[in-house]
Amino acid sequence: MKRSQNERVAELTLSLVALGSLGILTLITVFIFKEGLPALKEIGLWEFIGGTRWVPSKKIFGIFPMLVGSFMVTGGALAIGIPLGLGCAVYLSEFSSPGVARLLKSMIELLAGIPSVVFGFIGLTVVVPFIRTYFGGPGFSVLASSIVLGLMILPTMVSVSYDALRAVPESYRDGMMAVGATRWQAVRMVILPSARSGILAAAILATGRAMGETMAVIMVAGNATAVPESLLDPVRTLTSNIALEMGYSAGIHRQALFATGIVLFFLVTVLNLIAHAAVRGGSGR
Amino acid sequence: MLCFLILLASFMVSACSRASRPSSSITVAGSTSVQPFMELLAEEYARLYPEKPAINVQGGGSSAGARSVLSGAASIGMLSRELAPEEKGLDALVIARDAIAVIVNPKNPIRELSIRDLRAIFSGEITDWGQLIGAGERGDFRGRIHVVSREEGSGTRGAFDEMIMEGREVTARAIFQDSNGSVKETVAQDPMAIGYISLGLVDRNVKPLSIDGVAPTIENCKSGKYALVRPFLVVTKGEVRPEVREFLDFIMGETGQKILREEGLITGGQGATALEAKSK
Repeated sequence: MKRSQNERVAELTLSLVALGSLGILTLITVFIFKEGLPALKEIGLWEFIGGTRWVPSKKIFGIFPMLVGSFMVTGGALAIGIPLGLGCAVYLSEFSSPGVARLLKSMIELLAGIPSVVFGFIGLTVVVPFIRTYFGGPGFSVLASSIVLGLMILPTMVSVSYDALRAVPESYRDGMMAVGATRWQAVRMVILPSARSGILAAAILATGRAMGETMAVIMVAGNATAVPESLLDPVRTLTSNIALEMGYSAGIHRQALFATGIVLFFLVTVLNLIAHAAVRGGSGR
Repeated sequence: MLCFLILLASFMVSACSRASRPSSSITVAGSTSVQPFMELLAEEYARLYPEKPAINVQGGGSSAGARSVLSGAASIGMLSRELAPEEKGLDALVIARDAIAVIVNPKNPIRELSIRDLRAIFSGEITDWGQLIGAGERGDFRGRIHVVSREEGSGTRGAFDEMIMEGREVTARAIFQDSNGSVKETVAQDPMAIGYISLGLVDRNVKPLSIDGVAPTIENCKSGKYALVRPFLVVTKGEVRPEVREFLDFIMGETGQKILREEGLITGGQGATALEAKSK
Protein backbone atom coordinates (compact mmCIF):
# COMPACT_ATOMS: atom_id res chain seq x y z
CA MET A 1 0.00 0.00 0.00
CA LYS A 2 2.65 2.41 1.18
CA ARG A 3 4.91 1.40 -1.61
CA SER A 4 2.34 2.11 -4.30
CA GLN A 5 1.64 5.48 -2.74
CA ASN A 6 5.32 6.36 -2.83
CA GLU A 7 5.38 5.18 -6.37
CA ARG A 8 2.56 7.49 -7.29
CA VAL A 9 4.15 10.52 -5.58
CA ALA A 10 7.40 9.87 -7.41
CA GLU A 11 5.64 9.49 -10.72
CA LEU A 12 3.67 12.68 -10.23
CA THR A 13 6.73 14.71 -9.20
CA LEU A 14 8.81 13.43 -12.06
CA SER A 15 6.13 14.12 -14.61
CA LEU A 16 5.76 17.64 -13.19
CA VAL A 17 9.49 18.17 -13.60
CA ALA A 18 9.32 16.88 -17.16
CA LEU A 19 6.36 19.13 -17.95
CA GLY A 20 8.21 21.99 -16.28
CA SER A 21 11.06 21.77 -18.76
CA LEU A 22 8.57 21.80 -21.60
CA GLY A 23 6.88 24.80 -20.00
CA ILE A 24 10.16 26.66 -19.72
CA LEU A 25 10.90 26.03 -23.39
CA THR A 26 7.46 27.35 -24.31
CA LEU A 27 7.89 30.41 -22.13
CA ILE A 28 11.29 31.19 -23.66
CA THR A 29 9.88 30.85 -27.16
CA VAL A 30 6.86 33.01 -26.40
CA PHE A 31 9.06 35.62 -24.74
CA ILE A 32 11.54 35.83 -27.62
CA PHE A 33 8.75 36.19 -30.14
CA LYS A 34 6.82 38.68 -28.03
CA GLU A 35 9.88 40.90 -27.67
CA GLY A 36 11.19 40.47 -31.19
CA LEU A 37 8.15 40.48 -33.45
CA PRO A 38 7.31 44.20 -33.05
CA ALA A 39 10.77 45.04 -34.40
CA LEU A 40 10.36 42.65 -37.31
CA LYS A 41 7.03 44.24 -38.09
CA GLU A 42 8.45 47.74 -37.94
CA ILE A 43 11.66 47.06 -39.82
CA GLY A 44 10.22 44.57 -42.27
CA LEU A 45 11.40 40.97 -42.47
CA TRP A 46 13.25 41.37 -45.74
CA GLU A 47 14.99 44.61 -44.73
CA PHE A 48 15.98 42.95 -41.47
CA ILE A 49 17.43 39.77 -42.96
CA GLY A 50 18.70 41.28 -46.21
CA GLY A 51 19.90 44.65 -44.90
CA THR A 52 23.66 45.06 -45.02
CA ARG A 53 23.97 47.89 -42.54
CA TRP A 54 23.62 47.69 -38.76
CA VAL A 55 23.60 51.16 -37.20
CA PRO A 56 21.34 51.07 -34.12
CA SER A 57 21.94 54.75 -33.31
CA LYS A 58 20.34 55.64 -36.66
CA LYS A 59 17.67 52.95 -36.36
CA ILE A 60 19.13 50.95 -39.24
CA PHE A 61 18.91 47.25 -38.51
CA GLY A 62 20.19 44.81 -41.14
CA ILE A 63 21.59 41.48 -40.00
CA PHE A 64 22.80 40.18 -43.35
CA PRO A 65 26.49 40.62 -42.40
CA MET A 66 25.91 38.67 -39.18
CA LEU A 67 24.05 35.91 -41.02
CA VAL A 68 26.94 35.55 -43.45
CA GLY A 69 29.33 35.81 -40.51
CA SER A 70 27.62 33.00 -38.60
CA PHE A 71 27.69 30.73 -41.65
CA MET A 72 31.32 31.52 -42.49
CA VAL A 73 32.54 30.96 -38.95
CA THR A 74 30.48 27.79 -38.53
CA GLY A 75 31.65 26.48 -41.91
CA GLY A 76 35.26 27.18 -41.02
CA ALA A 77 34.85 25.48 -37.66
CA LEU A 78 33.37 22.38 -39.32
CA ALA A 79 36.15 22.32 -41.92
CA ILE A 80 38.63 22.10 -39.06
CA GLY A 81 36.62 20.15 -36.49
CA ILE A 82 35.08 17.39 -38.63
CA PRO A 83 38.24 15.90 -40.19
CA LEU A 84 40.13 16.18 -36.90
CA GLY A 85 37.28 14.77 -34.85
CA LEU A 86 36.41 11.98 -37.25
CA GLY A 87 40.06 10.99 -37.66
CA CYS A 88 40.40 10.90 -33.92
CA ALA A 89 37.27 8.78 -33.50
CA VAL A 90 38.37 6.31 -36.19
CA TYR A 91 41.76 5.91 -34.55
CA LEU A 92 40.26 5.41 -31.10
CA SER A 93 37.66 2.95 -32.31
CA GLU A 94 39.57 0.91 -34.89
CA PHE A 95 43.31 1.24 -34.43
CA SER A 96 44.26 1.95 -30.83
CA SER A 97 44.30 -0.58 -28.00
CA PRO A 98 41.25 -0.40 -25.70
CA GLY A 99 43.30 1.04 -22.82
CA VAL A 100 44.69 3.87 -24.93
CA ALA A 101 41.23 4.52 -26.36
CA ARG A 102 39.71 4.83 -22.89
CA LEU A 103 42.41 7.23 -21.75
CA LEU A 104 42.35 9.41 -24.87
CA LYS A 105 38.57 9.52 -25.04
CA SER A 106 38.21 10.65 -21.46
CA MET A 107 40.83 13.33 -22.05
CA ILE A 108 39.01 14.61 -25.14
CA GLU A 109 35.78 14.67 -23.20
CA LEU A 110 37.54 16.81 -20.59
CA LEU A 111 37.88 19.39 -23.36
CA ALA A 112 34.11 19.76 -23.27
CA GLY A 113 34.31 20.85 -19.65
CA ILE A 114 36.63 23.78 -20.31
CA PRO A 115 34.61 27.01 -20.08
CA SER A 116 34.24 28.79 -23.40
CA VAL A 117 35.75 31.98 -22.02
CA VAL A 118 38.99 30.04 -21.50
CA PHE A 119 38.93 28.95 -25.14
CA GLY A 120 38.36 32.59 -26.04
CA PHE A 121 41.26 33.69 -23.90
CA ILE A 122 43.59 31.17 -25.50
CA GLY A 123 42.36 32.34 -28.89
CA LEU A 124 43.02 35.94 -27.92
CA THR A 125 46.53 35.38 -26.61
CA VAL A 126 47.73 32.67 -29.03
CA VAL A 127 45.65 32.39 -32.19
CA VAL A 128 44.96 36.10 -32.85
CA PRO A 129 48.60 37.26 -32.56
CA PHE A 130 49.74 34.23 -34.60
CA ILE A 131 47.40 35.09 -37.46
CA ARG A 132 48.32 38.77 -37.30
CA THR A 133 52.03 37.95 -37.48
CA TYR A 134 52.03 35.21 -40.11
CA PHE A 135 48.96 35.86 -42.26
CA GLY A 136 48.47 39.62 -41.87
CA GLY A 137 45.35 41.60 -41.05
CA PRO A 138 44.30 42.51 -37.54
CA GLY A 139 44.27 38.90 -36.34
CA PHE A 140 40.67 39.16 -35.14
CA SER A 141 39.12 37.29 -38.00
CA VAL A 142 36.94 34.57 -39.48
CA LEU A 143 39.99 32.31 -39.39
CA ALA A 144 40.70 32.89 -35.69
CA SER A 145 37.06 32.21 -34.77
CA SER A 146 36.99 29.09 -36.94
CA ILE A 147 40.12 27.67 -35.31
CA VAL A 148 38.84 28.32 -31.79
CA LEU A 149 35.38 26.91 -32.58
CA GLY A 150 36.92 23.97 -34.46
CA LEU A 151 38.66 22.98 -31.23
CA MET A 152 35.53 23.56 -29.18
CA ILE A 153 33.41 21.18 -31.26
CA LEU A 154 36.03 18.40 -31.12
CA PRO A 155 34.61 16.69 -28.01
CA THR A 156 31.11 16.48 -29.53
CA MET A 157 32.48 15.29 -32.85
CA VAL A 158 34.78 12.67 -31.32
CA SER A 159 32.49 11.16 -28.73
CA VAL A 160 29.34 10.98 -30.85
CA SER A 161 31.08 9.53 -33.91
CA TYR A 162 33.14 7.19 -31.71
CA ASP A 163 29.91 5.77 -30.30
CA ALA A 164 28.56 5.40 -33.85
CA LEU A 165 31.68 3.52 -34.93
CA ARG A 166 31.59 1.26 -31.87
CA ALA A 167 27.96 0.44 -32.66
CA VAL A 168 28.99 -1.20 -35.93
CA PRO A 169 28.68 -4.97 -35.24
CA GLU A 170 31.95 -6.78 -34.59
CA SER A 171 30.96 -9.38 -37.19
CA TYR A 172 31.42 -6.78 -39.96
CA ARG A 173 35.04 -6.33 -38.93
CA ASP A 174 35.58 -10.08 -38.64
CA GLY A 175 34.08 -10.54 -42.07
CA MET A 176 36.43 -8.01 -43.63
CA MET A 177 39.43 -9.54 -41.89
CA ALA A 178 38.34 -12.97 -43.13
CA VAL A 179 38.39 -11.85 -46.76
CA GLY A 180 41.88 -10.46 -46.26
CA ALA A 181 41.17 -6.74 -46.06
CA THR A 182 43.53 -4.44 -44.15
CA ARG A 183 42.16 -2.42 -41.25
CA TRP A 184 42.07 0.74 -43.33
CA GLN A 185 40.19 -1.01 -46.11
CA ALA A 186 37.69 -2.28 -43.55
CA VAL A 187 37.24 1.23 -42.16
CA ARG A 188 36.87 2.83 -45.55
CA MET A 189 34.63 0.28 -47.24
CA VAL A 190 32.44 -1.04 -44.45
CA ILE A 191 32.72 0.62 -41.07
CA LEU A 192 32.48 4.30 -42.07
CA PRO A 193 29.54 3.69 -44.42
CA SER A 194 27.71 1.67 -41.75
CA ALA A 195 28.20 4.39 -39.15
CA ARG A 196 27.20 7.09 -41.61
CA SER A 197 24.05 8.30 -39.90
CA GLY A 198 25.73 8.53 -36.49
CA ILE A 199 28.61 10.49 -37.98
CA LEU A 200 26.16 12.82 -39.69
CA ALA A 201 24.40 13.33 -36.37
CA ALA A 202 27.74 14.17 -34.78
CA ALA A 203 28.46 16.74 -37.50
CA ILE A 204 25.05 18.36 -37.09
CA LEU A 205 25.33 18.49 -33.31
CA ALA A 206 28.73 20.11 -33.80
CA THR A 207 27.20 22.61 -36.22
CA GLY A 208 24.62 23.61 -33.62
CA ARG A 209 27.33 23.99 -31.01
CA ALA A 210 29.46 26.15 -33.31
CA MET A 211 26.54 28.33 -34.34
CA GLY A 212 25.41 28.90 -30.79
CA GLU A 213 28.77 29.63 -29.22
CA THR A 214 29.07 33.25 -28.14
CA MET A 215 31.69 34.18 -25.60
CA ALA A 216 34.75 32.71 -27.28
CA VAL A 217 33.69 34.17 -30.62
CA ILE A 218 33.20 37.69 -29.24
CA MET A 219 36.76 37.59 -27.94
CA VAL A 220 38.46 36.59 -31.20
CA ALA A 221 36.15 37.60 -34.05
CA GLY A 222 36.63 41.38 -33.99
CA ASN A 223 32.84 41.88 -34.30
CA ALA A 224 32.90 44.15 -37.37
CA THR A 225 29.45 44.76 -38.84
CA ALA A 226 30.56 44.49 -42.47
CA VAL A 227 30.43 41.32 -44.57
CA PRO A 228 33.98 39.93 -44.41
CA GLU A 229 35.83 39.94 -47.73
CA SER A 230 38.43 37.39 -46.72
CA LEU A 231 39.12 34.88 -43.98
CA LEU A 232 41.42 37.43 -42.38
CA ASP A 233 38.73 40.10 -41.96
CA PRO A 234 36.94 40.65 -38.67
CA VAL A 235 33.41 39.27 -38.50
CA ARG A 236 30.35 39.35 -36.27
CA THR A 237 28.02 36.41 -35.69
CA LEU A 238 24.33 36.48 -34.76
CA THR A 239 25.01 35.33 -31.22
CA SER A 240 27.78 37.83 -30.56
CA ASN A 241 25.60 40.61 -31.96
CA ILE A 242 23.02 39.87 -29.27
CA ALA A 243 25.51 39.46 -26.45
CA LEU A 244 27.57 42.53 -27.35
CA GLU A 245 24.74 45.01 -27.43
CA MET A 246 22.07 43.57 -25.14
CA GLY A 247 23.45 45.27 -22.04
CA TYR A 248 23.16 48.70 -23.59
CA SER A 249 20.14 48.49 -25.76
CA ALA A 250 16.70 49.96 -25.25
CA GLY A 251 13.55 50.40 -27.29
CA ILE A 252 13.58 49.15 -30.85
CA HIS A 253 17.30 48.33 -30.64
CA ARG A 254 16.52 45.83 -27.90
CA GLN A 255 13.61 44.40 -29.91
CA ALA A 256 15.88 44.08 -32.94
CA LEU A 257 18.28 42.01 -30.84
CA PHE A 258 15.42 39.73 -29.83
CA ALA A 259 14.49 39.54 -33.51
CA THR A 260 18.07 38.40 -34.14
CA GLY A 261 17.27 35.72 -31.58
CA ILE A 262 14.20 34.68 -33.58
CA VAL A 263 16.33 34.22 -36.70
CA LEU A 264 18.82 32.17 -34.71
CA PHE A 265 15.94 30.15 -33.27
CA PHE A 266 14.76 29.27 -36.77
CA LEU A 267 18.23 28.32 -37.93
CA VAL A 268 18.78 25.99 -35.00
CA THR A 269 15.30 24.45 -35.37
CA VAL A 270 15.87 23.75 -39.05
CA LEU A 271 19.23 22.25 -38.20
CA ASN A 272 17.64 19.96 -35.60
CA LEU A 273 14.96 18.85 -38.06
CA ILE A 274 17.63 18.01 -40.62
CA ALA A 275 19.51 16.07 -37.96
CA HIS A 276 16.46 14.03 -37.05
CA ALA A 277 15.66 13.36 -40.68
CA ALA A 278 19.25 12.38 -41.40
CA VAL A 279 19.45 9.95 -38.51
CA ARG A 280 16.11 8.36 -39.35
CA GLY A 281 16.83 8.20 -43.06
CA GLY A 282 20.30 6.80 -42.43
CA SER A 283 19.22 4.02 -40.10
CA GLY A 284 16.23 3.15 -42.27
CA ARG A 285 18.43 2.02 -45.10
CA MET B 1 13.27 12.25 -4.69
CA LEU B 2 15.29 13.16 -1.61
CA CYS B 3 17.82 14.92 -3.82
CA PHE B 4 15.05 16.95 -5.32
CA LEU B 5 13.75 18.02 -1.92
CA ILE B 6 17.22 19.01 -0.76
CA LEU B 7 17.67 21.02 -3.93
CA LEU B 8 14.35 22.72 -3.40
CA ALA B 9 15.17 23.50 0.20
CA SER B 10 18.53 24.97 -0.70
CA PHE B 11 16.88 27.13 -3.32
CA MET B 12 14.47 28.48 -0.74
CA VAL B 13 17.26 29.20 1.72
CA SER B 14 19.28 31.04 -0.86
CA ALA B 15 16.24 32.98 -1.98
CA CYS B 16 15.60 34.08 1.59
CA SER B 17 19.14 35.17 2.21
CA ARG B 18 19.14 37.09 -1.05
CA ALA B 19 15.94 38.85 -0.15
CA SER B 20 17.35 40.08 3.14
CA ARG B 21 20.61 41.36 1.67
CA PRO B 22 19.73 44.61 -0.16
CA SER B 23 19.36 46.52 3.08
CA SER B 24 22.91 45.59 4.06
CA SER B 25 24.69 46.45 0.81
CA ILE B 26 24.56 49.12 -1.86
CA THR B 27 24.57 48.10 -5.50
CA VAL B 28 26.33 50.39 -7.97
CA ALA B 29 26.05 49.47 -11.65
CA GLY B 30 26.83 50.96 -15.03
CA SER B 31 29.64 52.26 -17.23
CA THR B 32 32.72 50.07 -17.53
CA SER B 33 34.74 53.31 -17.78
CA VAL B 34 33.67 54.42 -14.31
CA GLN B 35 33.69 50.91 -12.82
CA PRO B 36 37.43 50.59 -11.99
CA PHE B 37 37.38 53.96 -10.21
CA MET B 38 34.19 53.09 -8.36
CA GLU B 39 35.79 49.84 -7.23
CA LEU B 40 38.71 51.77 -5.76
CA LEU B 41 36.29 54.10 -3.98
CA ALA B 42 34.31 51.14 -2.66
CA GLU B 43 37.48 49.45 -1.38
CA GLU B 44 38.66 52.56 0.42
CA TYR B 45 35.16 53.09 1.84
CA ALA B 46 35.10 49.55 3.20
CA ARG B 47 38.58 50.03 4.70
CA LEU B 48 37.78 53.34 6.37
CA TYR B 49 34.25 52.49 7.51
CA PRO B 50 34.04 48.73 8.03
CA GLU B 51 30.75 49.14 9.91
CA LYS B 52 29.04 50.78 6.91
CA PRO B 53 27.19 48.71 4.31
CA ALA B 54 29.32 47.04 1.66
CA ILE B 55 29.39 48.61 -1.80
CA ASN B 56 28.77 46.14 -4.57
CA VAL B 57 30.11 47.45 -7.91
CA GLN B 58 28.96 45.99 -11.24
CA GLY B 59 29.58 46.87 -14.88
CA GLY B 60 27.05 46.60 -17.69
CA GLY B 61 27.49 49.94 -19.44
CA SER B 62 26.10 53.45 -19.07
CA SER B 63 22.65 52.71 -20.46
CA ALA B 64 22.29 49.59 -18.34
CA GLY B 65 23.35 51.64 -15.32
CA ALA B 66 20.62 54.20 -15.90
CA ARG B 67 18.09 51.46 -16.58
CA SER B 68 18.91 49.51 -13.44
CA VAL B 69 18.44 52.62 -11.30
CA LEU B 70 15.12 53.35 -12.99
CA SER B 71 13.98 49.78 -12.36
CA GLY B 72 15.29 49.77 -8.82
CA ALA B 73 17.81 46.96 -9.42
CA ALA B 74 20.67 49.23 -8.38
CA SER B 75 20.77 52.14 -5.94
CA ILE B 76 23.40 54.08 -7.85
CA GLY B 77 24.09 54.12 -11.59
CA MET B 78 27.37 55.09 -13.24
CA LEU B 79 27.37 56.89 -16.60
CA SER B 80 30.28 58.04 -18.70
CA ARG B 81 28.20 60.32 -20.89
CA GLU B 82 25.48 62.94 -20.61
CA LEU B 83 21.98 61.77 -19.72
CA ALA B 84 19.87 60.73 -22.68
CA PRO B 85 16.40 62.33 -23.03
CA GLU B 86 14.61 59.23 -21.72
CA GLU B 87 16.84 59.25 -18.61
CA LYS B 88 15.87 62.75 -17.51
CA GLY B 89 13.97 61.47 -14.48
CA LEU B 90 17.23 60.64 -12.72
CA ASP B 91 19.21 62.85 -10.37
CA ALA B 92 22.78 63.13 -11.62
CA LEU B 93 25.98 64.13 -9.88
CA VAL B 94 29.23 64.79 -11.75
CA ILE B 95 31.86 62.99 -9.66
CA ALA B 96 34.76 63.80 -11.98
CA ARG B 97 35.51 64.37 -15.61
CA ASP B 98 37.51 62.10 -17.81
CA ALA B 99 39.28 62.59 -21.07
CA ILE B 100 39.15 60.11 -23.90
CA ALA B 101 42.61 59.37 -25.23
CA VAL B 102 43.14 58.26 -28.81
CA ILE B 103 45.75 55.54 -28.61
CA VAL B 104 48.08 53.75 -31.01
CA ASN B 105 50.74 51.09 -30.61
CA PRO B 106 54.10 52.44 -29.29
CA LYS B 107 55.74 51.15 -32.49
CA ASN B 108 53.67 53.60 -34.53
CA PRO B 109 55.75 56.78 -35.16
CA ILE B 110 52.71 59.05 -35.38
CA ARG B 111 52.42 61.63 -32.57
CA GLU B 112 49.37 63.70 -33.35
CA LEU B 113 46.25 63.80 -35.45
CA SER B 114 43.78 66.49 -36.36
CA ILE B 115 40.14 65.91 -35.49
CA ARG B 116 39.45 65.92 -39.22
CA ASP B 117 41.94 63.07 -39.85
CA LEU B 118 40.64 61.18 -36.84
CA ARG B 119 37.12 61.39 -38.21
CA ALA B 120 38.34 60.28 -41.64
CA ILE B 121 40.13 57.29 -40.10
CA PHE B 122 37.17 56.16 -38.03
CA SER B 123 34.68 56.65 -40.84
CA GLY B 124 36.86 54.57 -43.13
CA GLU B 125 37.99 57.22 -45.62
CA ILE B 126 41.65 57.05 -44.67
CA THR B 127 42.60 53.39 -44.57
CA ASP B 128 46.41 53.36 -44.69
CA TRP B 129 48.96 54.81 -42.30
CA GLY B 130 51.00 55.83 -45.35
CA GLN B 131 48.32 58.42 -46.17
CA LEU B 132 49.01 60.16 -42.87
CA ILE B 133 52.70 59.80 -42.22
CA GLY B 134 54.95 61.20 -44.90
CA ALA B 135 57.37 58.60 -46.23
CA GLY B 136 60.90 59.09 -44.92
CA GLU B 137 59.84 61.70 -42.38
CA ARG B 138 59.92 59.35 -39.44
CA GLY B 139 60.83 56.21 -41.22
CA ASP B 140 58.53 54.52 -43.66
CA PHE B 141 55.43 53.42 -41.77
CA ARG B 142 52.58 52.18 -43.86
CA GLY B 143 49.97 49.46 -43.83
CA ARG B 144 46.24 49.09 -43.46
CA ILE B 145 44.87 50.92 -40.43
CA HIS B 146 43.08 48.62 -37.99
CA VAL B 147 40.34 50.76 -36.49
CA VAL B 148 39.29 49.58 -33.02
CA SER B 149 36.04 50.98 -31.68
CA ARG B 150 33.57 50.24 -28.91
CA GLU B 151 30.21 48.62 -29.42
CA GLU B 152 27.08 50.65 -30.02
CA GLY B 153 25.62 51.96 -26.75
CA SER B 154 28.84 52.15 -24.74
CA GLY B 155 29.32 55.46 -22.93
CA THR B 156 32.83 55.90 -24.30
CA ARG B 157 31.54 55.21 -27.81
CA GLY B 158 28.67 57.65 -27.31
CA ALA B 159 31.05 60.38 -26.16
CA PHE B 160 33.44 59.66 -29.02
CA ASP B 161 30.64 59.74 -31.61
CA GLU B 162 29.37 63.00 -30.22
CA MET B 163 32.72 64.78 -29.96
CA ILE B 164 34.52 63.46 -33.04
CA MET B 165 32.23 61.85 -35.57
CA GLU B 166 29.66 64.65 -35.89
CA GLY B 167 26.97 62.39 -37.24
CA ARG B 168 29.27 60.28 -39.41
CA GLU B 169 29.21 56.55 -38.83
CA VAL B 170 32.12 54.54 -37.53
CA THR B 171 33.15 52.20 -40.35
CA ALA B 172 31.51 48.79 -40.32
CA ARG B 173 34.93 47.26 -40.98
CA ALA B 174 36.18 48.36 -37.56
CA ILE B 175 36.96 45.87 -34.85
CA PHE B 176 34.42 46.26 -32.07
CA GLN B 177 35.57 45.40 -28.57
CA ASP B 178 33.30 45.41 -25.56
CA SER B 179 35.44 47.12 -22.91
CA ASN B 180 38.16 49.71 -22.41
CA GLY B 181 40.46 46.87 -21.39
CA SER B 182 40.05 44.87 -24.59
CA VAL B 183 40.53 47.97 -26.75
CA LYS B 184 43.77 48.70 -24.89
CA GLU B 185 44.97 45.08 -25.22
CA THR B 186 44.18 45.04 -28.95
CA VAL B 187 46.08 48.28 -29.60
CA ALA B 188 48.96 47.19 -27.36
CA GLN B 189 49.39 44.04 -29.45
CA ASP B 190 48.81 45.37 -32.94
CA PRO B 191 51.21 47.96 -34.48
CA MET B 192 48.60 48.92 -37.10
CA ALA B 193 45.77 49.58 -34.66
CA ILE B 194 44.18 52.80 -33.44
CA GLY B 195 41.55 53.00 -30.73
CA TYR B 196 40.23 55.19 -27.94
CA ILE B 197 39.95 54.62 -24.20
CA SER B 198 39.53 56.52 -20.98
CA LEU B 199 42.65 58.64 -20.32
CA GLY B 200 42.87 57.34 -16.77
CA LEU B 201 43.49 53.83 -18.13
CA VAL B 202 46.36 54.70 -20.51
CA ASP B 203 49.60 53.00 -19.57
CA ARG B 204 53.02 52.24 -21.06
CA ASN B 205 51.73 49.65 -23.50
CA VAL B 206 49.89 52.18 -25.64
CA LYS B 207 50.70 55.67 -26.91
CA PRO B 208 48.15 58.50 -26.51
CA LEU B 209 48.08 60.95 -29.43
CA SER B 210 47.84 64.72 -29.37
CA ILE B 211 44.64 65.94 -30.96
CA ASP B 212 44.85 69.14 -33.02
CA GLY B 213 48.26 69.71 -31.44
CA VAL B 214 47.07 69.42 -27.83
CA ALA B 215 48.46 66.60 -25.71
CA PRO B 216 45.98 64.72 -23.51
CA THR B 217 47.31 65.83 -20.14
CA ILE B 218 45.38 66.65 -17.00
CA GLU B 219 46.37 70.34 -17.28
CA ASN B 220 45.14 70.61 -20.86
CA CYS B 221 41.89 68.92 -19.91
CA LYS B 222 41.35 71.24 -16.94
CA SER B 223 42.06 74.36 -18.96
CA GLY B 224 39.67 73.15 -21.62
CA LYS B 225 42.28 73.00 -24.40
CA TYR B 226 41.93 69.28 -24.92
CA ALA B 227 38.65 68.66 -26.68
CA LEU B 228 37.78 65.08 -25.76
CA VAL B 229 36.49 65.50 -22.21
CA ARG B 230 33.30 63.98 -20.85
CA PRO B 231 31.61 63.82 -17.46
CA PHE B 232 31.51 60.81 -15.16
CA LEU B 233 28.08 60.79 -13.58
CA VAL B 234 26.48 58.91 -10.77
CA VAL B 235 22.71 58.82 -10.89
CA THR B 236 20.03 58.06 -8.32
CA LYS B 237 16.28 58.09 -8.42
CA GLY B 238 14.07 60.13 -6.11
CA GLU B 239 14.61 60.07 -2.36
CA VAL B 240 17.83 58.15 -1.59
CA ARG B 241 18.41 55.99 1.46
CA PRO B 242 20.64 57.67 4.11
CA GLU B 243 23.38 55.05 3.69
CA VAL B 244 23.47 55.70 -0.07
CA ARG B 245 23.66 59.43 0.58
CA GLU B 246 26.60 58.81 2.95
CA PHE B 247 28.50 56.97 0.22
CA LEU B 248 27.80 59.74 -2.31
CA ASP B 249 29.06 62.28 0.24
CA PHE B 250 32.20 60.21 0.63
CA ILE B 251 32.80 60.25 -3.15
CA MET B 252 32.29 64.01 -3.37
CA GLY B 253 34.27 64.63 -0.17
CA GLU B 254 38.00 65.23 0.07
CA THR B 255 39.03 61.57 0.34
CA GLY B 256 36.93 60.41 -2.59
CA GLN B 257 37.96 63.24 -4.87
CA LYS B 258 41.63 62.71 -3.94
CA ILE B 259 41.40 59.05 -4.98
CA LEU B 260 39.86 60.00 -8.32
CA ARG B 261 42.49 62.68 -8.88
CA GLU B 262 45.34 60.30 -8.10
CA GLU B 263 43.94 57.85 -10.61
CA GLY B 264 44.22 60.41 -13.38
CA LEU B 265 40.71 61.83 -13.50
CA ILE B 266 39.93 65.53 -13.58
CA THR B 267 38.36 66.83 -10.40
CA GLY B 268 37.76 70.27 -8.98
CA GLY B 269 36.50 73.25 -10.93
CA GLN B 270 33.19 72.43 -12.52
CA GLY B 271 33.97 68.75 -12.14
CA ALA B 272 33.31 68.67 -8.42
CA THR B 273 30.25 70.85 -8.19
CA ALA B 274 27.07 68.96 -7.80
CA LEU B 275 24.75 69.79 -10.62
CA GLU B 276 21.68 68.49 -12.20
CA ALA B 277 23.05 67.17 -15.48
CA LYS B 278 21.55 69.13 -18.33
CA SER B 279 20.89 67.90 -21.77
CA LYS B 280 22.66 69.51 -24.67
